[in-house]
Amino acid sequence: MTPVLLILIPLLTGLVTFFIKEPKAAKNWALLSAVITLAVALTAIFSKEQPGFDATWLPDLGSRFTLLADGMGRMLCLLTAVSFPLIFVAVYKNDYKHTGSFYALMLLSQAGLMGVFLAADALVFYFFWELALIPVYFLCSLWGGEKRIAVTFKFFIYTFIGSLLMLVGILFVYFHTKDHSFALQSFYQVVLSAKQESFIFWLFFIAFAIKMPIFPFHTWQPDTYEQSPTATTMVMSGIMVKMGIFAVIRWLLPIFPHASAECANVIIILSVTGMIYASLIAIRQDDIKRLVAYSSIAHIGLMCAAMFTHNKTGLEGVMIQMFNHGVNVIGLWIVADVIEQKLGTRKFSELGGLAQKAPVLAILLVVMCLANIALPLTNSFVGEFLMFNGLFQYNIWMAVAAGISIILAAVYTLNMIQKILYGNTVAATEQATEISGNVQVVLVILAVLVIVLGVYPQPMIDLTKDTVNAVLMNH
Amino acid sequence: MNAIILSALLGVVMMFSGIVTKNRTAITYIAIAGLIVLLLGNVLNTYGVFVLHIDTHSMLNFEKFGLFFNSIAIAATLIYVVLSGRDIEKVGVNVAEYYALIFFVLCGVSILSSFSGLLMLFLGIEIMSIPLYILTGADKRNLKSNEASLKYFLMGAFSTGIMLMGIALIYGATGSFGLGGTVRITAATGLPMHTSFLEVAGLLLLFVSMCFKVSAAPFHFWTPDVYDGAPSVFTSFMATIVKAAGFIAFVRLFDAHTEVLGPTWKLLLAFVIIATLLIGNVTAVFQQSIKRMLAYSSIAQAGFMLFALYGGNDLAKEGILLYTVAYSLATIGIFAVLIKMKDYTFDGFNGLAQKEPVLAFTSTICLLSLAGIPLTAGFFAKYYMLASVVDAGGSLWLVIVAVFFAAISVYYYFRVIQAMYFKEGEAATNGVISQGFKTGLLIVAGLILLFGVFPSLVLNAFYF
Repeated sequence: MTPVLLILIPLLTGLVTFFIKEPKAAKNWALLSAVITLAVALTAIFSKEQPGFDATWLPDLGSRFTLLADGMGRMLCLLTAVSFPLIFVAVYKNDYKHTGSFYALMLLSQAGLMGVFLAADALVFYFFWELALIPVYFLCSLWGGEKRIAVTFKFFIYTFIGSLLMLVGILFVYFHTKDHSFALQSFYQVVLSAKQESFIFWLFFIAFAIKMPIFPFHTWQPDTYEQSPTATTMVMSGIMVKMGIFAVIRWLLPIFPHASAECANVIIILSVTGMIYASLIAIRQDDIKRLVAYSSIAHIGLMCAAMFTHNKTGLEGVMIQMFNHGVNVIGLWIVADVIEQKLGTRKFSELGGLAQKAPVLAILLVVMCLANIALPLTNSFVGEFLMFNGLFQYNIWMAVAAGISIILAAVYTLNMIQKILYGNTVAATEQATEISGNVQVVLVILAVLVIVLGVYPQPMIDLTKDTVNAVLMNH
Repeated sequence: MNAIILSALLGVVMMFSGIVTKNRTAITYIAIAGLIVLLLGNVLNTYGVFVLHIDTHSMLNFEKFGLFFNSIAIAATLIYVVLSGRDIEKVGVNVAEYYALIFFVLCGVSILSSFSGLLMLFLGIEIMSIPLYILTGADKRNLKSNEASLKYFLMGAFSTGIMLMGIALIYGATGSFGLGGTVRITAATGLPMHTSFLEVAGLLLLFVSMCFKVSAAPFHFWTPDVYDGAPSVFTSFMATIVKAAGFIAFVRLFDAHTEVLGPTWKLLLAFVIIATLLIGNVTAVFQQSIKRMLAYSSIAQAGFMLFALYGGNDLAKEGILLYTVAYSLATIGIFAVLIKMKDYTFDGFNGLAQKEPVLAFTSTICLLSLAGIPLTAGFFAKYYMLASVVDAGGSLWLVIVAVFFAAISVYYYFRVIQAMYFKEGEAATNGVISQGFKTGLLIVAGLILLFGVFPSLVLNAFYF
């Protein structure tokens, strides 16, 4: 029952939120809903058995409303459940026009995300995959920056093409299942010829690659992240990109074992190229949001490469890093949002000396940035170390090439810290004040998560152990 | 049978109601009552209750598929009249005649859904088309409406000629007006197919004229002008119920005949499908008027409906029924809103969400359904079409091409959503929007969402 609640609570409360006229009431209502969802998610984590759910939906088509919370699903549900209350608290003081609709759409996207992470039926999965996209499209187009309409439209059409290709792939596999069923287990048992497998593999992979995004399908990402309202950007880059990685591990690797081993080389080369390429572009950025966007492409690239190495360490690293990247990047977006709201600019060239005015912000930003570089004792170190280890086992030269991006990450991240926080104050930062209490609380929670998971990552490894073993067993 | 008899009778009743009362609203109510009677009559037919027992000498064949389609068509007309009845009253002075013509069209639709010989097919097409030529020109003081009507009539007459030619050739080859007579004989003896040149030529001519009726490329040229010129209320009717009926006839006709044409048939059909998708979708992108965009989008949708012919299996038959439901609901909804607008351009819709949130919300649902987004009926409609072709096997490339065109269609459907929600402006409506109209629209949107989650509601009604 718990998995259904994780979807139903945000869905129903979200629909109610549309009708709340009073901004403050809408905010509190959404926050309450997010906190309840978090509580439910925590009980799911600590329950011993694998929670699942099964109900009749479309018997004629062979599709059932089946949910399954394996280790990876539970971890990502936890990430979703943790992120939303933090996001709501962090942007509590922001004013959005039509507040009710804003929070309603946010909650609907949360429902969609939960559904994606829990679905154990291909058609249900496809439904939620789209359901997560549509609210985000409206959020970006209604509350975004100047170029929002064109940019988010590009994003929508890009991902929609991907989804439709995936639908064709799903249909193809469905007609090759023995019992004509969309169930995950039936999909796992499908046997395709090598030629079919490698063709259908790409139909799925393009959909997931667009979502992650992997070079060369990434062009929608920086613009969309920049133009979206920051609360939505947090959802997109903190949680939504994990949909792509999750989907590869849940659907792609087990259904197409041969094709994914065969194409691994191509994909890893693409990912590593993307890592270096994105890092180089990040160095040249003058905008906090764009810098974080490109740095995010680099981090996702590493996760994608590590997934296709097909070894235990690599996959464990991906699992941990999915959670950690979500935590870190949300922290960075919060800082970007605070700076933009307070000072009216996101450009490094117009900032400087903020550490003198806002020391608390400075400390917390530095923690987040160090996590972004994957310094030891921060959470990312564990994940990236494992992933590099996996990549090293697969191919030394790939690991070396990917390693360059770590150095580049240090370059652009430290450069950002230096330009925003240190040096002399400039016109924009002259009047700056310390960040408000709610943001401090959120950033402190995130910073604690960064350190705790950096020192003691074992719980995350234990949580996702079953998924890792299940994936490797299929090979 | 009931539907054919009742619709003809009701058409006459509507004509005379114009003499009895001059009250337009009353006439609309009579039409609504008539449609309900017609729907009941058709449903009773499914249970074996007949108004009159007539021996059709097996020229008509009342099977579930056709009867169920009748119910869909009549129900869609009912929804259409309930939503847009007020606007039908405003087209001109002869309100009763308009409704009479609509009933005559429904008579043609019921023949098309149950013909079992080429003669009946021809009669059905004619009975359906001739009232439409008149309805297109209903706004008789408007030059564009006259032009559209004349154009439609000339082109329609031409395609009818081609159809007759085809029927004549087939009759010459097989000596019968029956459907797929030659196929049956060959199946019984188990001998390899022997087809004459005449029969193939006749079938190709039939194919061309049916393509014309459902506005498949490259026989689509009349569609944008006629849809644009006709009074918007009647465009809505033509683009939904009439078009769907054309498809049902198309599927029924070629269901039995495809084997005669052999493998070339699939290639020919694939060419038509791709041409239709290409022309419909790409041209729709460049339109400035939403009415014209919807005309091209209806061509694009026809491309998807042709998949039912291509797949040619049970999934396709179920799918085409679901498609007609989804497409008709969404198109009737979006046209009902369009008719209320002063300005038909995209800019005319700017800021509608601020002014009329209900109208904006319901048209968004309709547009999402046309685009085939999950949770709307349009998704499962497209799903069935794609699935039938994937199931038939060997044509995955066609499905992938179609999918790219579906993504293009998102572009122009979402432009309307962008205008309504994301752009500032003063969307002007004709007069005040009544509460009843809004409720009607919300019910349509609700149905679209309901069928989007449980498409089996439609299909179970088919099998029950």
